[in-house]
Amino acid sequence: MSKYKFVSTDIDKCVGCRICEYICSLEKNKAFNPTKSRIRVVRIYPHTNATFTCRMCEDAPCVAVCPRKALTQSEENGVITVNDELCTGCGWCIEACDFGAISIDPKKVVRMCDLCSTREGGPACVEWCPEEALELTSTDILSQKARIERVQQLVNAAEESKHAETNA
Amino acid sequence: MNAYTGKILYVNLSTGSYRTDTFQEDFAKAYIGGTGFGVKTLIDNLKPGLDAFDPQNPLIYVVGATAGTMVPCTASKFGVFAKSPATNLLGEAYSTGQFGADLRMAGYDIVVITGKAPKPVYLWIDDESVQVRNAAHLWGKTTWEVEQLIRDELGDQNVRVSGIGQAGENLVRLACLINDHFRAAGRTGLGAVMGSKNLKAVAVRGTHDVGVADPGALQEFSKELYTRAEGPATSKYRGLGTAANMLTMNAQGCLPTRNYQSAMFEGIEKVSGEYLNEHFVTKIQGCSACPCRCEHIAEARDEGQFKGAIARAEYETLMAFGPYCGVDDLNAVIKALEYCDTFGVDAIGTGIVIGFAMECYEKGLISKEDTGGLELEFGNGAAMVEMVKKIALREDIGSLLAEGVKRAAEKIGRGSEHFAMHIKGLEMTGYDVRGLKTCALGYAVSRRGADHQRHGSYGWDLGGKVDRYKAEPGRGKLVMGDEDFYCVIDSMIICKFTRTIWKGGYEDIAKVYSLVTGIPMTSDEMEKAGERISNLARLFNIREGMTRKDDSLPERVMTDPIPSGVSKGSVTTQQDLDIMLDGYYDARGWTELGVPKESKLEELGLSSYASIIAK
Repeated sequence: MSKYKFVSTDIDKCVGCRICEYICSLEKNKAFNPTKSRIRVVRIYPHTNATFTCRMCEDAPCVAVCPRKALTQSEENGVITVNDELCTGCGWCIEACDFGAISIDPKKVVRMCDLCSTREGGPACVEWCPEEALELTSTDILSQKARIERVQQLVNAAEESKHAETNA
Repeated sequence: MNAYTGKILYVNLSTGSYRTDTFQEDFAKAYIGGTGFGVKTLIDNLKPGLDAFDPQNPLIYVVGATAGTMVPCTASKFGVFAKSPATNLLGEAYSTGQFGADLRMAGYDIVVITGKAPKPVYLWIDDESVQVRNAAHLWGKTTWEVEQLIRDELGDQNVRVSGIGQAGENLVRLACLINDHFRAAGRTGLGAVMGSKNLKAVAVRGTHDVGVADPGALQEFSKELYTRAEGPATSKYRGLGTAANMLTMNAQGCLPTRNYQSAMFEGIEKVSGEYLNEHFVTKIQGCSACPCRCEHIAEARDEGQFKGAIARAEYETLMAFGPYCGVDDLNAVIKALEYCDTFGVDAIGTGIVIGFAMECYEKGLISKEDTGGLELEFGNGAAMVEMVKKIALREDIGSLLAEGVKRAAEKIGRGSEHFAMHIKGLEMTGYDVRGLKTCALGYAVSRRGADHQRHGSYGWDLGGKVDRYKAEPGRGKLVMGDEDFYCVIDSMIICKFTRTIWKGGYEDIAKVYSLVTGIPMTSDEMEKAGERISNLARLFNIREGMTRKDDSLPERVMTDPIPSGVSKGSVTTQQDLDIMLDGYYDARGWTELGVPKESKLEELGLSSYASIIAK
């Protein structure tokens, strides 16, 4: 489990509109180009939509496999930085990533999400998602949320049946 | 130029060759994109008087000015143009989803496909690479199968495909082009034009940047636009979807029922938007760069023969297979819509043609033998579903119905022309214009035939801003204003569901145009462009033989009053129509025969087309 924060998608909320791709590419490349976005949408018919972007893995496999040691990971926030001088675009890190979160730039260097660390307001995709399906979060937070939600569901169900009993 | 690629791709399927050309800022500014580019390219590349299936009828794909950008609800919209095999006039249809954005990113704003391939092929546009590839293994497949097969063959699940099903292959005049599974360039039979060229699909992948003139200001303005697009202006589309119209149209007494025999449907509760969303909608998803997400995906989940059917459900198509055919079972309706998507036929037109056939059957003009054993009566959902298939595959009477309601009625005769609901050869859509006078005018003069999408003038009638039951000359100016505005909307190309987020008439649209393209554009210039495009389209149709008498309404609309409900007794007579037509032509600066005057052409910079009116 990673202690780092990353951009996560709520698969029930994502509608596959790709606004995240448009805004990410604009932020990073000053032009619209979903193929250069660091967050990528997947739509599987008939209606499953989700995105994946860098998960800031602890002991990131991409960093470990790079034959040129072109990738370094920040201790502080887990963001992976690419040294353009060293990267040869061999794509080994792309194969190592389980989430398909790494892509290759036309300049033949790899790119991944850097949490918009220099952007005021943080990740642009999170800010612009019209469905609020994206969240800057960590696995710890996600699992706690899931636990609270499940318990709340039980509480609600209990209240409802108690209410039905008293009215019967 | 920013955003625009300025590139036109010409593909000749007869020789398998291609070339490119460019356009400049003056062309871009005068015609904007979408409709403007489509009409201009078609009129300049088509020899008048050709049969629509002639190899020299160009099939034209165009994108909008703001394609590939984050301007809300516009990134992927595209248009398709050709001479229509249904009307022999302007063929025009729009779609969205994901395809259009890739076309721009591949580097083309306009693609012109001429000729006919010697064997089935598909066109593969991959940035600068243009290939005409063998499609023998795709011929006979459904639109969904074709997209997946092409993606697997090319090794990329993000390739976008716009293609035909068997209907297009069989030159069904109702055949459409399907992209991204649930989206259609639906009307005027453009799928048949593609099929007539032995072309199965256009596949595209684009990886180039789409730059804009002022990214900072565009982002700023987009924030405002997105907020508006997520607010009350679009709540209907984000909620029940256009299906919300089912109950309201019924209450207003203008819901076409049983081939326009009535304007209200007794089974409305079971086909309402409310019922649909509660029992059938499983997800609402969105198109490229759209904050509204309105694509209501409905699934037939009740036990029975239609279980598992899946389709996108909107008002027009629900109307066409629901009340129009007297069917109140949404399972059957969804199955019919799924067949329309997979076989590739216009869902609106096909519903209308089947409704017509049902009336013929009940009147004994066609028999059970004609229908291949189907009891094609109003309300028989299973027969209705089977008939969609028969039309696509040209089986039994499906082969005649595949010619469209106008030609089918001409063949069947015996009074059936009286209830063949079409204008100019294009089937009617979901507004009973006997009780909506302004809307009736909009339909009568619509350039592609019976159509609500070129004007939206039902807004005046249903909004109570005019007397919906009275024909007045002043309606002409209203319809003209609506048409020119929609010309601009369809040239940018902006989703009509977001039309009310654009404020100040043309102001917001002109502003966004300049921020994106860097080309200065005032509100007045934009309005003029809309008028220019409307007039150029009119010239195209005139050149193909259209006259004032084609600006008409279906016979039933002009003679049979609505039998019941709020609009009981309403009818829009020839006299009503003539009053409004005179007013419309006058507002437009056209003669009483509906021909643009020379002064109007000059005013709009269309003098080079003066030969068309000099007859």
